[in-house]
Amino acid sequence: MEKVLLVDDEKEFLDTMAERMEARDMNVTTTTSPKEALKKAQEESYDAVILDLQMPEMDGLETLKELKKKNPDLQVILLTGHATVQKGVEAMKLGATDLLEKPADLKILTEKIKKAHTKKMVLVQKKAEEKIRHILAEKGW
Amino acid sequence: MVDRNSIGIASELQFFGKMTASISHEIKNIMAIINESAGLLEDYNLMAEKGIPIDPERIQVISQRVIAQIQRADGITANMNSLAHSVDEFQRSVGIKETLELAVGLAQRFADMRSITLKLQPSSDASAVITSPFHLQNLIWQMLDFAMDVSGDGKTVGLTFETGKASVKIRVTGLEELSNLSEPAFPTEKEKALLRMLNATIQQDEKAGEIHLFLPKDIDQALTANS
Repeated sequence: MEKVLLVDDEKEFLDTMAERMEARDMNVTTTTSPKEALKKAQEESYDAVILDLQMPEMDGLETLKELKKKNPDLQVILLTGHATVQKGVEAMKLGATDLLEKPADLKILTEKIKKAHTKKMVLVQKKAEEKIRHILAEKGW
Repeated sequence: MVDRNSIGIASELQFFGKMTASISHEIKNIMAIINESAGLLEDYNLMAEKGIPIDPERIQVISQRVIAQIQRADGITANMNSLAHSVDEFQRSVGIKETLELAVGLAQRFADMRSITLKLQPSSDASAVITSPFHLQNLIWQMLDFAMDVSGDGKTVGLTFETGKASVKIRVTGLEELSNLSEPAFPTEKEKALLRMLNATIQQDEKAGEIHLFLPKDIDQALTANS
């Protein structure tokens, strides 16, 4: 079951999207506040964070930057009303996994979440292997 | 040296572009909610086909959600339509109350993004002026944009108006940090060009944290600040 954090200032969008994602066996946490999202992402481990690009408090790119600073391996998918090429490039440079335009097709979004989940698993495995290799090298076994 | 005409034309296009981009962004958000609501209905339908009972109240919630979003879109497109028609004639009679309502409607999303409350003082004053509606909207937006930048911790920008003999005074209030600015930041060349176009003047009351726009009742009439 994929664990997803959904961040958007449109509460109606969050509620509907969360219900649909949960019906597809995803564990969804929602918040309308980017600051709360940063807190949640530090407390819990998510397979993917779905983030709106334009929000009050902090815009999506700023939130993305903070999320990646705290956890570079976090898979962040940006959702936006209108994606300019410039914003898209900026988002990718900041480490976004993907960028989708609203209204998004849930099938496509679900696929991207599953891909993000797999990518996270690979990264976790890679890190565990590196750790073992490091221990082996240090202990000289 | 930058040509004054170029500043004017660029300012007009920038304003129109900024407003339409914001409106289309909001419409996209509404479409996303309606899209997900339709998707949720499809999900319920699939569940019902599999014999899973659906609580009618859940359907009711979705239908109310869609109605609310359609009403929201209706308000936004009405504002967009008014803005689009403001360029039909260079000058015509416009109601001040309606003009300010439109200005607040257009600026609302920008205010929300900055967590600022816009307060339009209710008024029964049906005053109208003969002016350039588009340039007036542009100037009021520039005033609101600046006011939101310097609204300080109060984060509330007010809009009100008073009618004089030959002019209407539009007051933008709540500029808490106006007196803290090291150098005058308003009006810039952009606003000065609009003021000339509208035959209007601007005064700042730093102590009260307010900007006052004096608009002639007729764009062709000469204006003195206290008329």
